[in-house]
Amino acid sequence: MVNLTINGIAVSVEEGQTILEAAEKLHIKIPTLCYHKDLCVAGNCRVCVVEQVGNNKLVASCAMPVSEGMEINTNTLKVRNCRKHIIELLLTEHNEECTKCYRNGHCELQELAAEYQITNQDFIDLVPDKNYTVDRISPAIEKDDSKCIRCQRCVRTCAEIQSVGAIAVAHKGSEMKISTVFDRALDEVVCTNCGQCIVHCPTGALTEKSYVEKVWDAIADPETHVVVQTAPAVRIGLGEELGFEPGTRVTGKMVSALRRLGFDSVLDTDFTADLTIMEEGTELLTRLKRALVEDDPDVALPMATSCSPGWVKYIEHKYPEYLPNLSTCKSPQQMFGALAKTYYAKNVKVDPQNIISVSIMPCTAKKYEANRPEMKDSGYKDVDFVLTTRELAVMIRQAGIEFEKLNDESFDSIMGTGSGAAVIFGATGGVMEAALRTAYEIVTGREVPFENLEILPVRGLEGVKEASIKIEGTVDDWKFLEGVELKCAITNGLENAHQLMDNIKKGESFYHFIEIMACPGGCLGGGGQPYPVDDEVRMKRMQAIYNEDSDLPIRKSHENPEIVQIYKEFLEEPLSHKSHKLLHTTYVKREQY
Amino acid sequence: MTTTKKQLHRIDLIFKNEQDCKEILRNALARSNQEVINEMVNSGLKGRGGAGFPTGLKWKLTAEQKVDEKFVICNADEGEPGTFKDREILTRVPHKVLSGMAVCAKIIGARKGYIYLRGEYKFLVPNLKKELRRFHDILDELGLDFRVEIFMGSGAYICGEESALFESMEGKRGEPRNKPPFPTEIGYMDKPTVINNVETLAHSYTILKYGAKKFRELGVKDSRGSKVFSVSGDTPIPGIYELELGMSVQDFVDDFGDGDTKAVQVGGASGFLVPRKRFGKTSIGYQGKLTGISLPTGGSMMIFNSSRSMYNVLNNYLDFFEEESCGQCTPCRVGCQQLLKGIKAVKRGEKPASYLDQLLKLTDTMKLTAKCGLGQSVANSFSSIVENFREEMIY
Amino acid sequence: MDFQEKLVHDLVAKHGTDRENLLPILQGVIDQERYLSEEAILKIAKEMSIPAADVYGTATFYSFLDTDPRGKYVIRVCKTITCAMKGKNQIIQAIENFLKIKVGETTIDKKFTILQTNCLGWCHKAPAMLVNDDVYTELTPESVVDILREYREEN
Repeated sequence: MVNLTINGIAVSVEEGQTILEAAEKLHIKIPTLCYHKDLCVAGNCRVCVVEQVGNNKLVASCAMPVSEGMEINTNTLKVRNCRKHIIELLLTEHNEECTKCYRNGHCELQELAAEYQITNQDFIDLVPDKNYTVDRISPAIEKDDSKCIRCQRCVRTCAEIQSVGAIAVAHKGSEMKISTVFDRALDEVVCTNCGQCIVHCPTGALTEKSYVEKVWDAIADPETHVVVQTAPAVRIGLGEELGFEPGTRVTGKMVSALRRLGFDSVLDTDFTADLTIMEEGTELLTRLKRALVEDDPDVALPMATSCSPGWVKYIEHKYPEYLPNLSTCKSPQQMFGALAKTYYAKNVKVDPQNIISVSIMPCTAKKYEANRPEMKDSGYKDVDFVLTTRELAVMIRQAGIEFEKLNDESFDSIMGTGSGAAVIFGATGGVMEAALRTAYEIVTGREVPFENLEILPVRGLEGVKEASIKIEGTVDDWKFLEGVELKCAITNGLENAHQLMDNIKKGESFYHFIEIMACPGGCLGGGGQPYPVDDEVRMKRMQAIYNEDSDLPIRKSHENPEIVQIYKEFLEEPLSHKSHKLLHTTYVKREQY
Repeated sequence: MTTTKKQLHRIDLIFKNEQDCKEILRNALARSNQEVINEMVNSGLKGRGGAGFPTGLKWKLTAEQKVDEKFVICNADEGEPGTFKDREILTRVPHKVLSGMAVCAKIIGARKGYIYLRGEYKFLVPNLKKELRRFHDILDELGLDFRVEIFMGSGAYICGEESALFESMEGKRGEPRNKPPFPTEIGYMDKPTVINNVETLAHSYTILKYGAKKFRELGVKDSRGSKVFSVSGDTPIPGIYELELGMSVQDFVDDFGDGDTKAVQVGGASGFLVPRKRFGKTSIGYQGKLTGISLPTGGSMMIFNSSRSMYNVLNNYLDFFEEESCGQCTPCRVGCQQLLKGIKAVKRGEKPASYLDQLLKLTDTMKLTAKCGLGQSVANSFSSIVENFREEMIY
Repeated sequence: MDFQEKLVHDLVAKHGTDRENLLPILQGVIDQERYLSEEAILKIAKEMSIPAADVYGTATFYSFLDTDPRGKYVIRVCKTITCAMKGKNQIIQAIENFLKIKVGETTIDKKFTILQTNCLGWCHKAPAMLVNDDVYTELTPESVVDILREYREEN
């Protein structure tokens, strides 16, 4: 342990910790900008500088390791003057259009400036002479360099957490900026649209492309029938935007709010999550049969989940040779979209031409997914607009809804019922768990051998999780699986996907089924969720998801009555011709770097 | 009436044409590590790149690291405006530099060494390669497992900063690192590394040959030994000169000025401008208890006569820093832009003269908070020029 | 394999795929092509398994690793203080008049590019310039034209 004093107060911390961490222990807040718990230390913004007795320079508390007998002062006149200067300098490089900015009221630079009462702007405004790039081309992410403070949090996120590397620091001196290769649009490089850069960005430099106005227009249009679907992770994240603690379940209020916003039908993505399990479960069993019974050498194992569009784009760029391993199932969002303008339209007797299908997602990559050219199997654009959890909160606030006072309401039907297996899609390991609950029962006639159906080995924030389930006592149809140890792997965050795929490529690991989520924690930590976020917040959201699951009356996808109904009335059976047409898709090889 | 021009004592240690490096090496390698370290420490040799860190101590600290792989790097990324001594040293006496590297390698236990050579000096490579071949043959004969390779820079002043240099050698942008940890512990490839300036290594050769005592006889108090100065500007005798440390700027001007010297820039754009009225009170050396102000220096001495506008000079420096800054930290990246635009605005009358005081306060912040020496040193020339030539900034 | 692919492939084979080898490889392409095109950057990224944005970001840090097209002979005139004092503006003007282009531009026959650069380390013989890797010092408006004429007439 190392002993030091901060502002005269003694504290003991482990060797190797920084002044910032020691201050945290004493509940002394030192402001930061480039520092983020998820990322390696940068030490470039210089906002966190503090005075160290005996040192004639100020030191960056995020980077400076503690030493025995160190004396630190965090709030001297020198420190405050320097900090003010640094904030003022950042503001001179910054396009100060706060009232027009998406991050107004929720921006770390703005908060810092307000805290330090930066009222007079002595220095020269540098913005007019700059040629800042503003990239609004991608359907998912917008990059506005005029608001960038060069903290490099996005670059570190894209490189360390996601191992994508679509953006990097380029040029030097006054020209230094965050850029793609040759400053191409994000839409034209390996960006997976995961949006992790957005949730780590302290300002409005990186935001999602907003479709709020388009959705308002659709709702206002008397000719259109607007349906909305909501992803599992939204119902446990939305509260954070509207004054609740992280991990508060607001499902009922969310439904109520959506109705008040004017949507014609409030439905649940959980329904198609259950559908995904039916289709994907059957697909997996089919592949296993081909492998184990027919000895088909061409069957692609492991089969990988395909509901994370960030992961899909990632594999299209980086591991295109493994595209056959991806499940052909669309994501629940896209399945829903295709059904909204066919099955649902028929049911409510509305001309699909007049249906606008909106989805609320914890995700930014879903915006890209909805715009993929092949997503038109209904005969129309299957999903018209995708809103993030954050955008939904914007609409709720604009509508003047006092969210916390709402009563709980229930989803509409016929695509509004979801099982517990569906809601856990929002957490890493959830798809795997949901699939196992159904597949195991189909194959053995018994429930998965876990108390309360909680398959604990697949749960948790760990980057790469492995689980294997021994299949014994199969029913006749599935005898070929008797004794097979079904090997599964689950990863969250693309760096972990990269590790897993490399292992598989090298032949070091063998699995039958892998679940890959692009975002740390799974969808609950998605690019469309409230920020700031760190592992503590992710854990709270995760707990909320699993609580939703255990409180639901139906816990398995195949027991969802609406699922039984859609097969009976419309799809016939999993992997039927109709299922293939509406619920399955193809992939595309993309440029590797 | 004639005045006899007082000439500063010219030293001839560095450039002396001595071809005995094999012998010097043999003797040095035969001595114990502790003996050599003591010699280096006793000599009082401080880094000649400008930072002035005691060389013996640097070697000692690196030697103490219990790590198998270590490196010796010669910092030949000379880029400070007005500095050209390292080029001369590498052209005329490269074997001395290499000998210094070899002895250091033996002391610290390094098997690999590099010369980080700035891209602008690429024409030195053919000769250096020839020299390296000869040198490696000598090392083979002496039985020292040490190989030196040249690593080329590509036009970035900041790569002269030691941690930025490591980043560059690791194939990345030359962005300075957080310190601590220091290179003696975590350097190139995260291994303990001794990084020394070209001249420092050449001086090591001198110390090993003639002993610490002879080196200490030159110079004063905390600034021992000789230093190679690069002299340019308004002087009839521009060039390289090896002189003693501790001289006053007045003595220097008497020797090198053109009779009309208005100011001397000591230590390049990151150094200080000494106005005529302070020539007598300022001496050249490392921070220490000398009379007047002592100035750390890489040895760049640029002389300005009365025809020169100090505004143009400052403008030139700030333009240089604005471009060469790595750009990662706020005070330097934005501060340099503000200073440059600021003096232009005052000159054009867009900002009042009092704005210069705001800018001086800004340089205080830069000095206290910038991540590396570049950002921290901009204050030096800015404040010394603005404080001493305020009129020229305004009119 | 086209010429550039072979160039990159050979450079990577010579230096290695580890990250530390990136600068020599970028320099190798510059030696042949005088600048780093988008295609070159992508090829290097692929061969070394480094994200293209990262290769680009690294290259653009260094003043000599141009990502804008350059001529066969890149002229870099020093603009730092001593060269400025000793007349670099007249030198630049002479070059601009001779080549009929301005600083930052390349001649139509793609033979010459004029750029400015920072201290080359020849302050005692200012003004100075580089033409590719060769240095010329104590320039006068006349001598610089003579030097460039020789380059121009070179086959």
